[in-house]
Amino acid sequence: MNAASAGQTPLLEIRDLDVAFRDEKKKPVPAVRGASLTVYEGQTVAIVGESGSGKSTTAHAVIGLLPGTGHVTGGQILFEGKDIADARKQDIVALRGSSIGLVPQDPMSNLNPLWKVGHQIKEALVANGVATGKAADARVVELLEEAGLPDAERRAQQFPHEFSGGMRQRALIAMGLAARPKLLIADEPTSALDVTVQKQILDHLDHLTDELGVAVLLITHDLGLAAERADHLVVMYKGQIVESGPALEILQDPHHPYTQRLVASAPSLASQRLSSVEHRVEVREAALEHAEEIAQEVADSSAAFGQGRDDIIEVKGLTKVFTLPGKGPFNKTDFVAVDDLSFSLRRGTTTAIVGESGSGKSTVARMVLGLLEPTSGTVTFDGVDVAGIRGKADRLRLRRQMQPVFQNPYASLDPLFTIYRSIEEPLRVHSIGTEKEREAKVRDLLDKVSLPTSVMRRFPHELSGGQRQRVAIARALALEPEVVICDEAVSALDVLVQAQILTLLNDLQAELGLSYLFITHDLAVVRQIADDVLVMQNGRLVEAASVDQVFSSPEQEYTRALLEAIPGGSIPLGVVEAGDVLPEVTLDD
Amino acid sequence: MPDSTNKPQRPGQERFVAPLDETPLAAIDNVDIERAPESQWKEAWKRMRRSPMFWSSVTILAFLAVVIAFPQLFTSADPRYAQLSDSLEPAREGHPFGFTKQGADVWARTVYGARASVAVGLLTTIIFVVVGVVTGAVAAYYGKFADTVISRTSDIFFSIPLLLGCIVVVSVINNTWPDRGFWGSVLVIVLALSLFAWPQITRQMRAAVLEVKNLEFVDAARAIGASGRANLVRHIVPNAIGPVIVTATISLGVFIVSEATLSFLGLGLPSNVMSWGNDIAAAEVQIRSGENLRVLMVPSVALAVTVLGFILLGEAVREALDPKARKK
Repeated sequence: MNAASAGQTPLLEIRDLDVAFRDEKKKPVPAVRGASLTVYEGQTVAIVGESGSGKSTTAHAVIGLLPGTGHVTGGQILFEGKDIADARKQDIVALRGSSIGLVPQDPMSNLNPLWKVGHQIKEALVANGVATGKAADARVVELLEEAGLPDAERRAQQFPHEFSGGMRQRALIAMGLAARPKLLIADEPTSALDVTVQKQILDHLDHLTDELGVAVLLITHDLGLAAERADHLVVMYKGQIVESGPALEILQDPHHPYTQRLVASAPSLASQRLSSVEHRVEVREAALEHAEEIAQEVADSSAAFGQGRDDIIEVKGLTKVFTLPGKGPFNKTDFVAVDDLSFSLRRGTTTAIVGESGSGKSTVARMVLGLLEPTSGTVTFDGVDVAGIRGKADRLRLRRQMQPVFQNPYASLDPLFTIYRSIEEPLRVHSIGTEKEREAKVRDLLDKVSLPTSVMRRFPHELSGGQRQRVAIARALALEPEVVICDEAVSALDVLVQAQILTLLNDLQAELGLSYLFITHDLAVVRQIADDVLVMQNGRLVEAASVDQVFSSPEQEYTRALLEAIPGGSIPLGVVEAGDVLPEVTLDD
Repeated sequence: MPDSTNKPQRPGQERFVAPLDETPLAAIDNVDIERAPESQWKEAWKRMRRSPMFWSSVTILAFLAVVIAFPQLFTSADPRYAQLSDSLEPAREGHPFGFTKQGADVWARTVYGARASVAVGLLTTIIFVVVGVVTGAVAAYYGKFADTVISRTSDIFFSIPLLLGCIVVVSVINNTWPDRGFWGSVLVIVLALSLFAWPQITRQMRAAVLEVKNLEFVDAARAIGASGRANLVRHIVPNAIGPVIVTATISLGVFIVSEATLSFLGLGLPSNVMSWGNDIAAAEVQIRSGENLRVLMVPSVALAVTVLGFILLGEAVREALDPKARKK
């Protein structure tokens, strides 16, 4: 991103762009209102916003690929000085690929599974008249090499399913850059990928665009990532641009209240680090106090399960082997998903399990919950072996004391059940209370998760993702459990909502003395919620330490790689001036 | 981290902050309590209410119900009374569509024949759906041995063409149980049709349950402590049944046609039972002469309109239940 001389004519200039969709009754629904932005040659400009903020719509308007009933209703899109907002279809088609390239969001669904990868890139070359026949084949290999795929000649002959997610994204980048466009639109190019892969891809994209002098319009929901990669930042909120300017300036000194809120909530950013560590200490003190009382109660009562131990969950040598169909018709191969894992969860604290996709972290959660039988090893809940529990009564008792919150707030509630029935179901299954008492309990639970009781008669599809996750938390708390297992409970949520849910989980822990097993792929979030961290890779435990230790002095190479890959983690913020000594916070009590 | 601070500001990239009164902050994630709460079914009903297809089908089916319940309202002629002297006579007062070859009133036979035809269609659909849903859900949910048995059995029945299978079954029963009256005859046809039709629903249900059972709310219910069967009945089947409802309404029409085809072949309802199929079979000879085609047309049109009514209903239900059509 070499500094181009000031006053140069812009490559892309969007002026007062309005985009609208038509609803069922053909009435226009505005999606983007009065958006203006400018991209210069060789520059990276990022549009940041939550889902539904209009960031992708703006980008798609540029290449005339608005989905469905979307259309530009006002303003100008100037590409190299020519207005393309109202251009004829064939003019825009001519621009696509050759002048403006696109790297789409989801590498899993954007390659045709029936064609070889090389063939699909060749298509882009032929369509733009760059090369044909043998020359095109040779160019394909060059492009794939350029995109950082080793052994490109062989790779070009493979099908998309033989590629990993990262490799597919590289192939898509090769395709986007095939005709050497002047502008590359990258729509969330890495949000479906693991953090370490994301870093590699973005580094490579930076390098490539630098070398070729391509301007990049980067669409992302991740403020940290945008600030790290872009010169100029555009923040969108509900279809409007609320703030734009130099990336670092916006991050260190946000003016618009929305941007301020966004900066304060982004888990990867430094401002969050300090407040979250301090807050966490308070939460834990309160939680431990309550937990002690609960342990005492448990130990005294004969009805509850367990002995009131300090280590409420102990996992020893936990292993899960899945049998997969092998090469022949009758042979099978073993796949070790979790390999000899041991850890314990202290009452009233949070242990986070961190790992990338395929690390086996969710399998651990399912085994601890007793939804999946371990191949070997034991899970002990408060001194009782979970696998040894027989009989309905004991099983129900275990369920009362341990509840899950799942990842996808869109799938974890039955769409045909009202919110009231969803939260009431655990009470009914366990025959707790009369109809009246149950209703009072549901009201109380909704209050705890800060939802108005008016949502009781509503259905999941009427609520937003964050609200559904609150409902899922309320359901988990209905049985007054001691342990809550959160399997990627905040991963599918927008940053601001994610921050709210994390605060809620912290508050509930302090209030009720809960113990959390918090499973996540996002190391940045861990700082806000966890006390201990387990890092998993390919089913094995790589590192186990306190949050403090993991962030300040990670011992393993892999943990370091994960930490480095957190986007924006290294950006100094206004709150923490360079040279400031970070206050020491001890996590051991 | 690009170093943007030293660079001179370029035109169009100055620091910009939107005035707050133009971009007011909404509360994060507040609940929209303006809209009245609605269930999936209520919403489907609302959409269905707007569909002209739905109202056309309701009109047809309501009329049909009245015809079946009170056939005497629509004709004063006795459908069983036949006089050979009236054979193929044209329409005259009290007999709007003339007479059949045997000299019976065409219109009266069609009106009274509705009962048997619709009975076959409805009963077959009910059995077919119940058997299909149960087998499909059990196969998908319990898997392993149950799945293997049910899936392979359904494959075997699926590979036999519906009509061919029915022809064999009905002709065997005809030999052992020749005089079986109205309901006996309907029962045999219904069972024969269900016997070869159920795998269609089984397959559909199995696929739908396989998809639903892996959703997180099913795991969540298990983690609450709900038993497997409660889970299946309360959560899985209601969420998987949508496509089955649609197939069922469309198949209803298909079964009425199949009964007509079997009767046409002389294997459906015995000739002393009035049904559209029987009348169409008897009138078939008119095609050859090309005269008096109305004898054939009247029951045929009644059949076609009934099938249209059910297919429209199926189509309207399918559109209303399609999750893609549901507003966000």
